[in-house]
Amino acid sequence: MSTTTGSFQQRSDVAIQDKKLRANFLSAMDGLMEKRDLAFDDKTQLEALRILGAQVRQNALVKLPELLVELETKLTQRGVQVHWAQTPDEAVDIIQSITLKEKAQKIIKGKSMVSEEIHLNDKMEQVGVTCLESDLGEYIVQLAKETPSHIVMPAIHKNTAEIADLLHEKTGIERKEDALYMTEQARQQLRKNFMEADIGLSGVNFAVAETGTLCLVENEGNGRLTTTVPKTHIAIMGIEKVVEKLEDTAPLLSLLTRSATGQPITTYFNMISGPRKENELDGPETVHLVLLDHGRTQMYQDDELLDTLRCIRCAACMNHCPVYTRIGGHAYGFTYPGPIGKILMPHLEGLDDTQSLPTASSLCGACAEVCPVKIPIPDLLVRLREEANHPNPQDSYIKGAGIKRHGMEPVLWSMWRWWHQRGTRYHIMTSMLTKLHFLQPSKLAPWTNKRTLPKMAKKSFHQQMKARTDRLKKGALR
Amino acid sequence: MNARQAILDKLQQSSLKRIGDGDVIPDRPGFQVMQRERKSNAQLSQQFENMMAKVKGEVIRVPQEELESRLNAIIEAKAIKTLLLSPESPYKASFSGLLDEVRIYDKAIESWKEALFNDIDAAITSTLGGIAETGTLVLWPSVSEPRLMSLVPPIHIAILYESQMQPTFWHFMHHHNWSEGMPTNALLISGPSKTADIEQTLAYGVHGPKELVIVLVEE
Amino acid sequence: MPVHHFIPEEPLVESLTDALSTPLKLYPTKPEKVYVFGTCLVDLFYPEAGMSGVVLLEHAGVEVLFPQDQTCCGQPAYTSGYKEEARLVALAQMSIFGEDYPIVVPSGSCGGMMKTHYPRLFEGTEHHQQALDFSERIYELTDFLVHVCDLSLEDKGERTKIALHTSCSSRREMKTTDSGKLLLGQLKNVALVEPKKVTECCGFGGAFSVRHSEISSAMVKDKVMHLSNTKADAFLSSDCGCLMNIKGAAEKDKSALTLRRGEHLLSFVARRAGLIADGVEV
Repeated sequence: MSTTTGSFQQRSDVAIQDKKLRANFLSAMDGLMEKRDLAFDDKTQLEALRILGAQVRQNALVKLPELLVELETKLTQRGVQVHWAQTPDEAVDIIQSITLKEKAQKIIKGKSMVSEEIHLNDKMEQVGVTCLESDLGEYIVQLAKETPSHIVMPAIHKNTAEIADLLHEKTGIERKEDALYMTEQARQQLRKNFMEADIGLSGVNFAVAETGTLCLVENEGNGRLTTTVPKTHIAIMGIEKVVEKLEDTAPLLSLLTRSATGQPITTYFNMISGPRKENELDGPETVHLVLLDHGRTQMYQDDELLDTLRCIRCAACMNHCPVYTRIGGHAYGFTYPGPIGKILMPHLEGLDDTQSLPTASSLCGACAEVCPVKIPIPDLLVRLREEANHPNPQDSYIKGAGIKRHGMEPVLWSMWRWWHQRGTRYHIMTSMLTKLHFLQPSKLAPWTNKRTLPKMAKKSFHQQMKARTDRLKKGALR
Repeated sequence: MNARQAILDKLQQSSLKRIGDGDVIPDRPGFQVMQRERKSNAQLSQQFENMMAKVKGEVIRVPQEELESRLNAIIEAKAIKTLLLSPESPYKASFSGLLDEVRIYDKAIESWKEALFNDIDAAITSTLGGIAETGTLVLWPSVSEPRLMSLVPPIHIAILYESQMQPTFWHFMHHHNWSEGMPTNALLISGPSKTADIEQTLAYGVHGPKELVIVLVEE
Repeated sequence: MPVHHFIPEEPLVESLTDALSTPLKLYPTKPEKVYVFGTCLVDLFYPEAGMSGVVLLEHAGVEVLFPQDQTCCGQPAYTSGYKEEARLVALAQMSIFGEDYPIVVPSGSCGGMMKTHYPRLFEGTEHHQQALDFSERIYELTDFLVHVCDLSLEDKGERTKIALHTSCSSRREMKTTDSGKLLLGQLKNVALVEPKKVTECCGFGGAFSVRHSEISSAMVKDKVMHLSNTKADAFLSSDCGCLMNIKGAAEKDKSALTLRRGEHLLSFVARRAGLIADGVEV
């Protein structure tokens, strides 16, 4: 399900003309890139750490079914109730039935991209349960009735003035373009809600199979309040988030925070290994974990696609992406924007609905260069382009494979192949083209809307080299 | 077929090379990159202090014998009126002169949520130790020091012993054998709570403590 | 008292490290002969760049072989997701460079295709090993001149200020970021200036520039701005795709007059060294 209307093409064409939006993203992304660069001052150590990060994630993935069972066993022993969902609907059903059982009216939420993935807030609203976002960025986005435009900084598309307008209009506070003032006001507004909420819902950054521990990374403390104050805590995570050993979280945490915001560590790293024990005075009495598939088992089907699942959601790929910087997160139209979104969403929603995403990249490779777990994003984009043009979709396990293989394009590529497969054919074509060079059109939209066309040579390089070799043979030269 | 079985089946039926398929996948990656040169406690605590300062954590170095008097001084300087303590705190009596009230966290949160959120100025907790490289406190909340003590009051005063310093999180968890078993909640805390969600402007004290005071005890 | 820090006993697992780390770049000693792979853009639009490359190689004392049956590396089909078409064209290229000489390419992008993508393209096919062997012989021409040939150049041109655009494939696939700088460094009258956001893509990306033309145009517009802000007399690139894109945009953008004088790095270098004049060998 797309989060906004229209096609990617339409949305990105509109976004790119929005000067304010582009300025907001440009300054934010420039800042984030600089912070990351400063945080990894030792590039040799960074490379070694990236290798370890990739290994730790890869290790977990190759053992995934075993580790999920181990995680379930350990968590169950510690009193956590583990649920499994194949689809967003199943996950919503699970959460709705917990809500019903607890007679809950109000859910306070920590930041969770998986909950965005299943459109939880809308779905809970439909059964009369209020979900309130407590991460400041998510809170802003929720007040604006929008979705996050960035997976780490949800409200990055708005500047201070826009947020001041929004908070003034929606919450009645004084309009002050002052981040500190607005932050303090949000603190006051949300504190009551932490006390009143029946359920706290959070995501999970890493789940440790060895100890049965759910790890949450955050700065604000809202995640800790969400998972501590209400009497029920529901955590939701994609099945790929599991790691084997507790020590695996150490390099991943270091890579995550530095790649995301340039922080050596976030304010809080919250490790939860079960509900409140007897005699303990706070913490939730009940803890649930919802494990969501939603296309992840599709990525698990071969070695190449598997790499997608290494992602730890740091957003460095989007921070460094020249396309994301120019169109912002909403133009993508799906939960996860940017390079990671382009290789993830086709599995979650099917290539049929997401076919423009893999093509919207110049394959510049900036994303892969900064990825803390070395996901070869450009290769995966090419792979998804191949899947979209799959000649035999029935042989592919990718939902929507072959969707783009229609019309003239396959015929043109077939002709291209025919011309380029033999030197003799190629010579005929190029000598024809160079002979007719004066017929070259001066306009060839859309290229020439913003650029001139280079002039075709009168003699191709092949022809010049042939003539040169002949001259050399005859001893005419020198 | 239920969702659990369906998911596990799909994973197990994958064509990718997984553990058990021969020698393709090694057992465990090596963690050499996490190792650090050996440093003294003094060096580690200096590094801790430097890193904490960068995130507005206030480090106060105190000799063991002056701990109680210096805590008194902090309470006075911060104009703390209502202080939350653990029932096992050795300082229960000593602060009472300075304060309007000393609250002891000795009953379940449900019975006094409002008061905890609204009436407490500060809480004092112990720590399990510190992490030098990131300027991080390690806390294992317990029956006597529940989770919310380090979270809800606007000022969190944490007592950290210099001897309990480790270079990284990885060293810390191995030194304390965490893989043997974790408490219901374990925490790494690096500074007072903060956000940069409004145009990347850093603002401290969003949902958690606005101030973090680390009393670093030198033995 | 120093604390005891945990030291693990387990050994580093080499196999996974190798699989995930970037291999070191190795160069051969200067060979007697090399193959030149001209690329289709050089062939039809920038033959002078190809010829300059040939002349420079020969100037460095290396004999150049140019198999006439070569066509295109296959990249257009590959990045468009037409794998089978790309494979057939790539296979044709792999079969015409019979001797074991290095294959040098006057383009980071086509070089990147042959060096880093051929192995993926042929994975799981009977030609995989052939592709691996072939990819090891690929060098970007500028890089080859700098690191393999012992090329020395005399600058015969006037003083000038130049901005260099290094393509993403040169930078990230071929790892030849510094080669252009080093080569230009031999020209004593050339001052090199670095534009802002030097690592950012110019927005070409083959079919991307047409399929997502608004995004691509926005990218190249910024690239033109940053290059133009250097106040350089001209800009250079060793990638015809970037050159075509940036120069094309600069020619349309009236504010970026000097950048109309964009050309291929090799053309510029050969001309300055007096090896080529008015597009003809001297």
